[in-house]
Amino acid sequence: MELLLVIMIAILYASGIFMLLRRSMVRLLMGIILIGNGANLLIFLLGGITPGKPPVIAETKSVFTEAYADPVPQALILTAIVISFGIQSFAIVLLRQVYRLLESDDLDDLNTPLEEDI
Amino acid sequence: MKNIILRTATAYLIPLLLLFSVFLLLRGHYHPGGGFVGGLVASIAFVLHGFAFKMQNTLRLMKFHPSKFIPVGLSVSIISSILPMFFKKPVMTGLWLNKPLPILGNVGTSLFFDIGVYLVVIGVTLNILFTISDSGQQ
Amino acid sequence: MILTIFSGLILALFCVPFGRQINKKLSNFLFLIPLSGFIYFLLQLPLILAGQTKTVRYEWVPTFGINLDFYLDGLSLLFSLLITGIGTLIFLYAAAYLKGKQYLSRFYGYLGLFMTAMLGLVSSNNIILLFVFWELTSISSFFLIGFDNENEEAQKSALTALTITGGGGLLLLGGVILMSNIAETYSIKAMVFSAEELKNHSWYGFILLSIFAGAFTKSAQFPFHFWLPNAMKAPTPVSAYLHSATMVKAGIYLLARFTPILGNTSLWNYSLMFVGGITMLYAAFHSLFRVDMKGILAYSTISALGILVFLLGIGTKDAYIAASVFILVHALYKATLFLVTGTVDYATGTRDIRALAGLRKVLLPVAIAGIIAALSSAGVPLFYGFIGKDLIYEATTHSFSLDSTFLTVAAILTNIFIGYSGLLVGIKPFTGKLSEEHSTVRLPGWKLWLPPFILAFCCIIFGCFPGRTSGLMSYVASAIAGKHFNLDLKLWHGVNTVFLLSMITLTGTAFIYFSRRVTNRELIILSTFNKLAPAYLVKKVTDGLLAFAKKFTNTMHNGYLRNYTMTIVLFMVGILSFKLLNGTPLTIDWYHLSPVSFYEVTVAILMLGAIFLSAITKSRLTALVALSVVGYAICILYVMYGAPDLAMTQFAIDTLTVVLFVLVLFKLPPFLNFTNTKIKLRDGLISSAFGGIIGWIALTVLNESVNKEVSPYYAENVYKLAKGKNVVNVILVDFRGFDTMFEIIVLAMASIGVYSLLKVKVKKSERE
Repeated sequence: MELLLVIMIAILYASGIFMLLRRSMVRLLMGIILIGNGANLLIFLLGGITPGKPPVIAETKSVFTEAYADPVPQALILTAIVISFGIQSFAIVLLRQVYRLLESDDLDDLNTPLEEDI
Repeated sequence: MKNIILRTATAYLIPLLLLFSVFLLLRGHYHPGGGFVGGLVASIAFVLHGFAFKMQNTLRLMKFHPSKFIPVGLSVSIISSILPMFFKKPVMTGLWLNKPLPILGNVGTSLFFDIGVYLVVIGVTLNILFTISDSGQQ
Repeated sequence: MILTIFSGLILALFCVPFGRQINKKLSNFLFLIPLSGFIYFLLQLPLILAGQTKTVRYEWVPTFGINLDFYLDGLSLLFSLLITGIGTLIFLYAAAYLKGKQYLSRFYGYLGLFMTAMLGLVSSNNIILLFVFWELTSISSFFLIGFDNENEEAQKSALTALTITGGGGLLLLGGVILMSNIAETYSIKAMVFSAEELKNHSWYGFILLSIFAGAFTKSAQFPFHFWLPNAMKAPTPVSAYLHSATMVKAGIYLLARFTPILGNTSLWNYSLMFVGGITMLYAAFHSLFRVDMKGILAYSTISALGILVFLLGIGTKDAYIAASVFILVHALYKATLFLVTGTVDYATGTRDIRALAGLRKVLLPVAIAGIIAALSSAGVPLFYGFIGKDLIYEATTHSFSLDSTFLTVAAILTNIFIGYSGLLVGIKPFTGKLSEEHSTVRLPGWKLWLPPFILAFCCIIFGCFPGRTSGLMSYVASAIAGKHFNLDLKLWHGVNTVFLLSMITLTGTAFIYFSRRVTNRELIILSTFNKLAPAYLVKKVTDGLLAFAKKFTNTMHNGYLRNYTMTIVLFMVGILSFKLLNGTPLTIDWYHLSPVSFYEVTVAILMLGAIFLSAITKSRLTALVALSVVGYAICILYVMYGAPDLAMTQFAIDTLTVVLFVLVLFKLPPFLNFTNTKIKLRDGLISSAFGGIIGWIALTVLNESVNKEVSPYYAENVYKLAKGKNVVNVILVDFRGFDTMFEIIVLAMASIGVYSLLKVKVKKSERE
């Protein structure tokens, strides 16, 4: 299974980078989301995967008696997911404002003309 | 989006979803759940309402702008984390009531911290969504 | 003692809320602060004269061994007395000189900051602390030079000074860190015990280079001297205080302080003698061709600093004594001359030496001060300068190294020129016939002539009774040499070689003074040599650097985001694959991998399909749906592998993201196909390479055996310490609660950002 996850992560990263290299701003944003997902999975995978055992102590016990999934990567990813939501919403709104201003989705339209370069 | 089915369903779903979000929040310490998820579920409930009845009506339903949740939530979290200082303990030490309360179970500072998180998440999500939909109408 | 040192800083802070009061009246009383410091240090004098030292220690960053560790010995005390003593007079003088200026309170703030920095510099025993204060002096000097902040020349000069001294400071930091690493201590006092080790270390040359770079830039040694004449754009009190009496001597202080640690090797001695010698001759010669009084003084200051470096380089007992005395001598007469210049400038409005004459009739007390200082600088007997000069000749004639005749001749020449410039500034404006336009000049208030007068008075007092200073001077020289010796300064040594040399100098000085007048033709000829001056070369270099930076930036920063991404990605791929290829070859341990189930394969296929779709589709909505499918697939993976919290959060967030996208994007047009297949293919290759590298890294890490300590700790203590059972949640709200706290703060900021971004209305005019 690890191998399958590795392949998925690799493809998530690759497609994310591919999207980043496009000229469209929406694609750029999608690329960022894809890379974010890939990074989360990567952390998850490297923490070691254990099928079906959440890191929650059973109702009647006060310590773990059986194997459990590693809680630390989970906590990290949880934080990452929520933060990336904040970033995404900000980016989406930014994109929208740019679109309203320029009526274009093309990143190159954002450039100042070369003559004005310092 | 003036779908009659959606409206009818939403009317029933909203209390359920909100209840569920509080449930998630409170059980977070012992079972999967917690402030983040709870807050997100609650905001989904309002978003659903917004889709069914238009966002303006949702705002009216809420009586005050959701952005007010943010400072309230932040202060709840911060107060709950510096509270231990007044008991001569390091910041963020968990303080607990001696006896479990009915329904809520053990009550401690980390529960209040989570409530703060819950409120902030609701505030942030709804603030963003309402702002966007608000400006979309202009 | 700490309070005394930091009094200036306190004053600087005080200036912020009380600026208005300072601008009005309070400035007249600020001199009490350095005065109290001066009295404090005077009270320490008996302690030092009894052969003791004083240490004060306050923990600052104890983990790194960086403490507020102060140490007062003869050398520090001499400097402290100079800083506070001259500082008192300057504070007083500036109150009148800069009266009515808009930023007077700021000026005092900078001055106070400088005083603290300088006092800290000369009394700190911790080498890092010394560096901090060193940089502070550079910074406060920058502000003071640029005090006239609307004058473009002043801005430029301030920047030059900061660049030169700051650059030297950086190198100094390198040297200082090397030294403390080798000696394994930050304490300067303790480093003396590692002196031999340092001197024999293979990095010794480099350490010297760095220390010299710091000291030479600060003390304006050739070829870094040019910032000092430029720095004369500062108000005259500043020039008197920083650029003659104290700050520029910081480099000398540094060399003197490190002499017992690094000194007395041939490398040390010869380089100091060489640089000092060149500086003193070059600058002294230069001062012949200046007509601005401050310009003349600037070059003669450089020359005097050259002498000090030169003396430290000779490295004999006589030389150390001469250096110690000359520090005081020079500070006294040069500060006087600067203040005299300032007063003349204030009263007449010009500093051109050719236009000034006969001012004694209108500015008598200033004239007296100027004449005394001039005579002291020329080394006339009965003035303190005479003692200083005698000692210099004593040092050069008795030096062991090189040809002592050669050194002596150099010293004589320098002294003649310095004396000449002293006479020019101190006497020339006051003698001769008073010109018409200056006949109405009035003597300004006492604050503008009393300070130079007091300083000049000191020149005579010390000159007539040099024995009074011998006690302190012996401890200063001992601190430089690192071993104790006694010293008795006398006014009259009898007729011997040294006395003859002094007389030769005096005659030479007088001869040049009476015979020489600067002509315009000379100035023109001289300006043709400007192209060879270090200042010009440095300007060329910086211009070239700027041009290069511009070119480089325009190439790299070409305005296309994807090009930046591509550069970064390619660089990462290159460097990572290089590292991975050189590492251990990848082996996959099939045995340890968990088995693949049917559901997992389904989820994986679903996800890959969605990714592919989102990458190629032309419709935004399709791409959006595909993207959310990717998210939900990941959600399912989390469920399968025991992360229900993650699954729930991911699910909710995914839903909300879709809503967001729909709200914003459904009005936008479909994707345009900007690029052709060739470029797509290239990008595809690059991104696959990157994905491959990531996969490779993941596999490599998976093969490493990990030793987990954190997770079991949390798991064990989750109920014991936090009374919770869901470890993930407890980590979030309890164990790592601070992280969560900052996270919600970040979220709040994002939301405020969104709000303000959307509420800002786009004006029609900005649409272009």
